[in-house]
Amino acid sequence: MEVAHACPTRIGRLMLQRLWKFRGGIHPPGRKELSLSRPLETARLPARLILPVAQHIGAPAEPTVQPGDSVLKGQIIARASGSISAPIHAPTSGRVVEIALHPVPHPSGLNATCIVIEPDGAETWISPRHPIDDFTRLTPKELRQHIRDAGIVGLGGAAFPTFIKLNPGEGKVVETLIINGAECEPYITSDDMLMRHYASQVLQGLLIMRHALQAGRCVIGIEDNKPEAFHSMKAAVEAAGDPQISVVRLPTRYPTGGERQLIKVLTGKEVPSGKRPLEIGVVCHNLSTARAVYNAIALAEPLISRIITVTGEGVAEPRNLEVLFGTPVSDLIAQCGGYREDVTRLILGGPMMGFALHSDAIPVVKAANCVLAARRDELASGNPVLPCIRCGRCSKACPAHLLPQQMYWHSRAKDFDRVQDHNLFECIECGCCSYVCPSNIPLVQYFRFAKNEIWAQEREQHFMEESRRRHDAKQERIDRDKREKEERMRIIKEAALAKKREEAQKAPAGVHSAAPQGNVAQGAPSAESRLRITELEKRRSGTAPPDHEAPAPPDEESS
Amino acid sequence: MEFETATSPHLHSPNSVTRAMGVVLLALVPGIAAYYLIFGWAILIKLALGITTAVVCEAALLAIRRRPLWPFLSDLSALLTAVLLVLSLPPLSPWWLTVVGIAFAIVVAKHLYGGLGYNPFNPAMVGFVVLIISFPVEMTRWMPPQLLLEVTLDFHDTLGIVFLGLMPDGIAVDALTMATPLDTLKTQLDMNRSVGEILQQPVFGNLGGKGWEWVYAAYAAGGLFLLWRKAIAWQIPAGLLVGLLGPAAILHLLYPESSISPLVHLLSGATVLGAFFIATDPVTASTTPRGRLLFGFGVGLITFLIRTWGGFPDGIAFGVLLMNMAAPTIDYYTQPRVFGTGRKVQ
Repeated sequence: MEVAHACPTRIGRLMLQRLWKFRGGIHPPGRKELSLSRPLETARLPARLILPVAQHIGAPAEPTVQPGDSVLKGQIIARASGSISAPIHAPTSGRVVEIALHPVPHPSGLNATCIVIEPDGAETWISPRHPIDDFTRLTPKELRQHIRDAGIVGLGGAAFPTFIKLNPGEGKVVETLIINGAECEPYITSDDMLMRHYASQVLQGLLIMRHALQAGRCVIGIEDNKPEAFHSMKAAVEAAGDPQISVVRLPTRYPTGGERQLIKVLTGKEVPSGKRPLEIGVVCHNLSTARAVYNAIALAEPLISRIITVTGEGVAEPRNLEVLFGTPVSDLIAQCGGYREDVTRLILGGPMMGFALHSDAIPVVKAANCVLAARRDELASGNPVLPCIRCGRCSKACPAHLLPQQMYWHSRAKDFDRVQDHNLFECIECGCCSYVCPSNIPLVQYFRFAKNEIWAQEREQHFMEESRRRHDAKQERIDRDKREKEERMRIIKEAALAKKREEAQKAPAGVHSAAPQGNVAQGAPSAESRLRITELEKRRSGTAPPDHEAPAPPDEESS
Repeated sequence: MEFETATSPHLHSPNSVTRAMGVVLLALVPGIAAYYLIFGWAILIKLALGITTAVVCEAALLAIRRRPLWPFLSDLSALLTAVLLVLSLPPLSPWWLTVVGIAFAIVVAKHLYGGLGYNPFNPAMVGFVVLIISFPVEMTRWMPPQLLLEVTLDFHDTLGIVFLGLMPDGIAVDALTMATPLDTLKTQLDMNRSVGEILQQPVFGNLGGKGWEWVYAAYAAGGLFLLWRKAIAWQIPAGLLVGLLGPAAILHLLYPESSISPLVHLLSGATVLGAFFIATDPVTASTTPRGRLLFGFGVGLITFLIRTWGGFPDGIAFGVLLMNMAAPTIDYYTQPRVFGTGRKVQ
């Protein structure tokens, strides 16, 4: 009833493009002009493409090629394994030279399995390919299958397989499909460039997604620091003439591009904690993902490349490049004029949430949208870390409405229960708190530490419970064996006694056939028990060696 | 090529503790200027003395605690403590009063609890309370504004009084000191005078204490500057003023002859300084939005109670210290609604 009551007004508000505000957030310097001064280019083909088999959230893909195999552009080289996974395609034609461990973009800096391809330069596509002219003829399920086969994952950074997010499930209605074009991280301009150059492709991708979701309204949210992109996107939407699709200008503020923050700004609704946006009838996809969907359906091109921003004062000619996955970062830097002196930090992703790479031999993967080469003075403030003065700027900046300074005290004290009391796991690690902290405290680092410790404790607890369970089960088994043994002994003894009695009775008469009958009548396992009985008798008469396996000496009962 | 690794975020705002403290010090400049214009040299001499004491104590304690001098001495926190305490002391009081108060504030209230950020109590107010309990006579000898004095004290006279206790020729101590407006009020009310009569006395001006009105107006201007710069949270001053002036207004409506109006409360004692500069000390106040409102309200209410029925003329210092004790508990019970939970979520 409440939904029925609220719906029309909410849509009405959207029609008027009313916006809401999320609490918190910051206004870091955008620095987007750095990479916008040069045109979009296609990156050169590198000598080797290094393709990690895990480029998405979920199970890593399984290689389907061997070293030495020739591959064609767009050919599957690793297939999805499990329900949450995505295949990997050859970004170009060439030869597989090895499948081995290589450094991959991961904060741990550890190596992972990669398929290495040496391009032949011919760019021969796999054939036949089947572009689909009219996607409306396909069912949502068929569309999802195509999208799944094309290896598409969320290109906003999370790399969650897209076909899953395009499946609302039985009985779920998607009221609004949101296309995230906020691009709120400083420095990054890849989505900006995408909209400037490929607005109609993004729009087509959006239409395919809407069809797959059977969604009603679509809203494309773009921060107001990208006027060109906004107009380009707006023109494409107006040309399409669909009143259900709107392009909305968002106030520039980090982290507007966070899924939950964007939904709040556009709909006024908060996604309930621990739930998916679908719960409130919203699905959110990234712009680049929409274009990848268009490529997959309309051009029959799997996800093998994307636009990446190469920027920062540490690189000579910052720009945006259309890059094949697997291209080493060093190749991109080389194409952008190489490093400048004084470059100290290389970041994959934006300066707020990206992670620092220790080497540029690392390949670009599906989730990467920016390579930022920074000079010493460019990023870190250089000020020493001071004690917290509880000024509360961090809680004011926190878009999750947390109290970072309290969480920091408790994390430092390793009082993890208290940290959880302060809703540690609602932290989205956006970095706003660390950004504003006048004492330069790396707050997010403390929260990651606390989360990891808690997970480790939970794992340990799980192990402990598991081993206790195993121990209990073992004890139970031992007890049962003991009980069974005793029961068997009892039966054997009774049988022995019965036999003895029988023998005593029948010895004078000379009848020998009664004993087995007696045993059978008692239901004892005949062969074994007979053996045990003879053993016991022997021992009683002192002729058998002591048997460790044997339970309590028989005298106990007889005496 | 090897690159340095660090965890995100890699960007940092130009905020710093030095800047946060510096803004507060800057906001105090108009108040100090007004103070100087109305009361003369004493305040500047006391500030110099207080700041020197604070820096020496801070450096000594940092050295003893084996902490680096550089980032801590330059964070301006010791300086701010000194300035706030000096502004709460009678300007013509002997030099050792200032030194003892500031030394206690820096050494005991700050460093013995762990230094910057770790002190549960506002150091300046701890220093103040120690002095008012230990040296009540010296602490209540305030000088009237220059315009109420028959003589003008020049720089040398003031130095002599503060450091050597030397009175200028032909002037007695009593001529230079008188009770503060709030003190006068308290004593005279005890003598069953009516508020109307008491306010006729020369120590009172049109709105509050004579001369003090201007100092408080200047403090308030600084306070508004801090609010505008978002250097302090609005909740604490708002809560404090409501907590003090609300009950005062009610009492004044009920008993106009035996209680002062909220306006006199506002422009007397440490109300304005306390609301914008003292109770807002982030280290020792509440940190949640609702907690700050509650914290400020508590300080205001305690101040009102002490001013009206307590044994001291003013109660800001006690209000701040008592609420400092309550701050952790207040914080725990006033956590904000987490995004995606609670009432607003549908």
